[in-house]
Amino acid sequence: MILVFIEHKDCVLNKTSLEAITAAQGIGKDLGLKISAVIPCDKDCALAQEISNYDLEKVIMAKNEKLGIYTPDGYTDAWEQVIKATNPTYVIMAHTYQVRDFAPKLAARFGKEVVGDCIRYRNEDGKLVFTRRIFLGKLDADVIIEGDAPYFVTFQSGAFRGDNAEKGGSANIETMDVEVGEIRMKPEAPFQEAKASIDLTKSAIIVAVGRGIKSQENIEKAQELADALGADLAASRPICDAEWLPIDRQIGSSGQTVAPKVYIALGISGAIQHIVGMKNAGTIIAINKDAEAPIFDIADYGIVGDIFDAMPVLVEEIKKAKS
Amino acid sequence: MKIIVLMKQVANKDAVLRVGNDEKWIDESDIAHQTNESDGYALEEALRMKEAKGEGEVVVCTLGGQSAKTVIKDALARGADRGIHIIVENDQKLSPHQIAKTIADAIRDENADLIFTGLQSDDASYGQTGVILAELLGIPHATIVIDIDRESLNGNLRVKRELESGWYQWFVYQLPALLTIQSGISQIRYASLKGIMAAKRKEIKEVTPTIEDFGAAQQIQKVYMPLKTKQTQMLGDGDVKRGAAELVEKLKTEIRVI
Ligand SMILES: Cc1cc2nc3c(=O)[nH]c(=O)nc-3n(C[C@H](O)[C@H](O)[C@H](O)COP(=O)(O)OP(=O)(O)OC[C@H]3O[C@@H](n4cnc5c(N)ncnc54)[C@H](O)[C@@H]3O)c2cc1C
Ligand SMILES: Nc1ncnc2c1ncn2[C@@H]1O[C@H](COP(=O)(O)O)[C@@H](O)[C@H]1O
Repeated sequence: MILVFIEHKDCVLNKTSLEAITAAQGIGKDLGLKISAVIPCDKDCALAQEISNYDLEKVIMAKNEKLGIYTPDGYTDAWEQVIKATNPTYVIMAHTYQVRDFAPKLAARFGKEVVGDCIRYRNEDGKLVFTRRIFLGKLDADVIIEGDAPYFVTFQSGAFRGDNAEKGGSANIETMDVEVGEIRMKPEAPFQEAKASIDLTKSAIIVAVGRGIKSQENIEKAQELADALGADLAASRPICDAEWLPIDRQIGSSGQTVAPKVYIALGISGAIQHIVGMKNAGTIIAINKDAEAPIFDIADYGIVGDIFDAMPVLVEEIKKAKS
Repeated sequence: MKIIVLMKQVANKDAVLRVGNDEKWIDESDIAHQTNESDGYALEEALRMKEAKGEGEVVVCTLGGQSAKTVIKDALARGADRGIHIIVENDQKLSPHQIAKTIADAIRDENADLIFTGLQSDDASYGQTGVILAELLGIPHATIVIDIDRESLNGNLRVKRELESGWYQWFVYQLPALLTIQSGISQIRYASLKGIMAAKRKEIKEVTPTIEDFGAAQQIQKVYMPLKTKQTQMLGDGDVKRGAAELVEKLKTEIRVI
């Protein structure tokens, strides 16, 4: 069988769990395995009913009073017992920050490791081959897992579509009272930082700079381009890490998620954590001196070359076109 | 307070990558290397904690071939007190569990109060070496740490974790603990001339481990350039200035934002 992790906060579903269900259903069909969903919670989880509508054999509510707020120790203990009780072949999860936090620990408890952040899989005569992106998206690696089950696999956000998860089941909801040992970390309540001073989600055009901009002084050149276009300036993480631009200009998994009409990426390589924040832009334009940069995979228009040659010409031509 | 910082040598971010002959990794010959990005932040945070506390020792540890010694030397020049070099050539052939196990065996007797790692390596990108190591050493961990409360340095350590889409959460830990550090936690210092001179006198312990087989390892079968999924219209045909002019034309007539 396959176990699939349902992530939630206060019984509100993390939508990427539906992507994990889709992945598990695909693998289940390929290998002829049944699927159970696992929801750790401190009470009769309000989500269980909703998840039981998917085509699954069972929904397992792993229940313990210590599972109300996520901790790696609590979740690992709970999962350990569910796995021991059910003997799954695969444990499938979405590669969220929470999963990154506890899945490797859980796998290690079983003397295993996680094949993490996969973007797809294929079935070769009953043996699954998983594909991971390595070198910040510049290369793909096909990976197999040696040894006996359970196999732990996580899939990248967007690798499967959550709305493709098949419904139609009326899965049994089963409560499993799990024991949780000492929790060695004390969580405080999650919070959001004070509101960003700029809301890039409303921008029509965004000019975003990456490490290719090279120095703080050069930010001005990108600002000129943004001004000429009537665009807002944004950045990849390293630019905000270096404090060349404030953090509320950061696009990506730990920054803002935007969908402007036009997104111009200047000297940005296109790592997944950046792409998840801007892939829904109407038109994506990338300028990068590396023709193999992963950003070109999602760009509608591309220019291979030096941004410092391109920026002044762009400013000049835009001004001409506008007058 | 003793802090061990794990630092890995990886291919330079701007290096042009070619698939190696066996198609199982990149061709490492002629590749420039650098210290993994988040590991640099992990070191900086360790140094700042030691400074804030006014006492302590920062020990850097790397597992890799001879060339990885540069990572340690650079860290010593920035202010780390000593280094441990676990010498393993072709370490890219090891799975994350093997790396964590080998490091665990090499540092267990150090009994560090804290172990810092980067949150992810920029080459293999397992994102799990630190977490497995914590489990093997039997200590608690926190991943994606973006702040450490200086007020808590003499008691239970209060650390801020980054969650997704702008959310954060503080957790309180008793030591020992392992933290995986996110980039941007603080601004990284440069090595001073004095630091570079002082580094020459600092100890680098070499360890030659026996690598245990690991039956549950993930194994790379093949690496290759990602398949293109989208038709990108390339402009300028190698001539950037012409490309820029063509782009403005598109912005005006097709995309219609000018
Ligand atoms: C948990 C986690 C969360 C993260 N969150 C985010 C996030 O929210 N947002 C984010 O952006 N990243 C995030 N990252 C980091 C991400 O993985 C990448 O490291 C980062 O996006 C890379 O930024 P970059 O493209 O600017 O730099 P690089 O990857 O170094 O790319 C620079 C690019 O510029 C090009 N270039 C250099 N010079 C020139 C020139 N003169 N002309 C043209 N091109 C040039 C190079 O060819 C290269 O492609 C996160 C990582 C992790 C692990
Ligand atoms: N060979 C190594 N030597 C030293 N530290 C390592 C090594 N491999 C991984 N690490 C540490 O573990 C972190 C996560 O790596 P990874 O699990 O490969 O993403 C890195 O940022 C390093 O701090």
